[in-house]
Amino acid sequence: MKDRIKKLYMSLVFVFLYAPIAVLVIYSFNDSTSRGTWGGFTLRWYAELLSDRDIKTALYYTVVVALLAASISTIVGTFTAIGLYSFNKMPKAIMLNLNYLPVVNPDVVTGLALMILYLSANMRLGFLSMLLSHITFDIPYVILAVLPKLKSMNKHITEAALDLGATPMYALRKIVIPEIMPGIITGFLIAFTLSIDDFVISFFTTGSGVTNLSIVIYSMARRGVKPTINALSTLMLGAVLILLFLINKRSSLIDEQKNNGGFI
Amino acid sequence: MNKRQKFFAYPYGLWMTLFILLPILLVFLYSITSKDTNQIKTLRFTLDNYRKFFDPLYINVIIRSINLALISTFFCLVIGYPVAYIISTTNLKKRNTVLLLFILPMWMNMLLRTYAWMTILGNNGLINSFLNMLGLPSFRLLYNNTAIVIGMVYNFLPFMVLPIYTVLSKMDMKLVEASHDLGADHKTTFLRVIFPLSLPGVISGIIMVFMPAVSSFVIPRLLGGNRSLYIGTLIENLFLVTGDWHFGSSVAIIMMLIILASMSILNRFDVDKEGGAGLW
Repeated sequence: MKDRIKKLYMSLVFVFLYAPIAVLVIYSFNDSTSRGTWGGFTLRWYAELLSDRDIKTALYYTVVVALLAASISTIVGTFTAIGLYSFNKMPKAIMLNLNYLPVVNPDVVTGLALMILYLSANMRLGFLSMLLSHITFDIPYVILAVLPKLKSMNKHITEAALDLGATPMYALRKIVIPEIMPGIITGFLIAFTLSIDDFVISFFTTGSGVTNLSIVIYSMARRGVKPTINALSTLMLGAVLILLFLINKRSSLIDEQKNNGGFI
Repeated sequence: MNKRQKFFAYPYGLWMTLFILLPILLVFLYSITSKDTNQIKTLRFTLDNYRKFFDPLYINVIIRSINLALISTFFCLVIGYPVAYIISTTNLKKRNTVLLLFILPMWMNMLLRTYAWMTILGNNGLINSFLNMLGLPSFRLLYNNTAIVIGMVYNFLPFMVLPIYTVLSKMDMKLVEASHDLGADHKTTFLRVIFPLSLPGVISGIIMVFMPAVSSFVIPRLLGGNRSLYIGTLIENLFLVTGDWHFGSSVAIIMMLIILASMSILNRFDVDKEGGAGLW
């Protein structure tokens, strides 16, 4: 009996979670602009979507900004984490708390603060300002992903390498970086997904024709419900599912290798 | 580790000063100056922007936002706690699948998730079409507070469930067994043992839902319509429509203060129970 209630409750929650997504997917194939009627199966909206120049530009900028921002912030964040690791307690605490600021600050505040900064510096809002903003909100997450790996690393391995005559840089390259690699990859993936998904900060810090998918969806949604957004949602959902599948496969691969006593 | 590696952190120190600290200082500077001129050198100090805020019009915006955020947080807790509890009691084999299914919608773009509710609640959306089919009149479901709350609960529910689930799944089950052995029934065990032990998760869940809920501007804008004024939409209006940076900055500072205050209040709760400490 109790199990039944649990199952019923969970099914209700899952209906709540998935019904809206299902509606989007179903209506993306509906050959009718009104949502009340089913006008038959069509791929019209997908065709319309693919010929939409705004969406193509937005997709391009979304991916380029996410890749650049994630790569740069992964590099900067990793080095910062390594540097912070050998900091004294006080400066380290100051840096880490400052680093937390974009994490706890509401996106609106981060976005408008950066906008004020760029405009005060007479910088034109556009690709560069958006990229800089993305890097700024990505780095904290990379640091937060890498730092725990450094803490749990066995210090003696690096010391042994140095004792055996490795230069600090060599030890860093051959010992430290490989040891913290899982953290670096996690950091990159977090940064990438945050960038892909970001709306608020991009909305405030972009301009002159540079948009990303979120901004396009927002401006389309404000004008009302449009079937092409349904098609776009379905495609984006598909992309997320593929990405998740790949990540899952990767992590199960790691688990397997760990169980076999191997290293990554 | 090597002392020279300290230098690795310096570039980011500079970056932080430029892109994190300086912008916040600029917002603060704008909030305490008047809008006569836009030249930094000739800015005049004033507290008018904060004074203006105490107009009933704007105070109502704050009250409304906090109110709706609290309602959304409440619903997230009421709906989310049982979910977290049920997931934590599912057997290990099935648990990861259930958890993945639960997190999956979160991977979808937030705007799309919000937009999905527009298609459901809209004037000729799914629900109203269904009602019309049955010969019933349409209801105005979109562009009101209920729609905003639904959108927030939908978007932020996982933020409530995950921290509670994490605490519950790490809980020492022997305590529950001990409680049963000592004669407590299910209800007493839950109220006296399980729930108090899960409080840290509940508190971080509340923080993680309340913070984005009170500062969101997408959900109120898309589901609440153009007329609904919410702190987030007010800030957006002031910056991007009216262009009143000075007043907008003061609203932004006030929003930051609300969030920091609510976090420190809730953290104090946590400290009393856990004895831990943290600045944020």
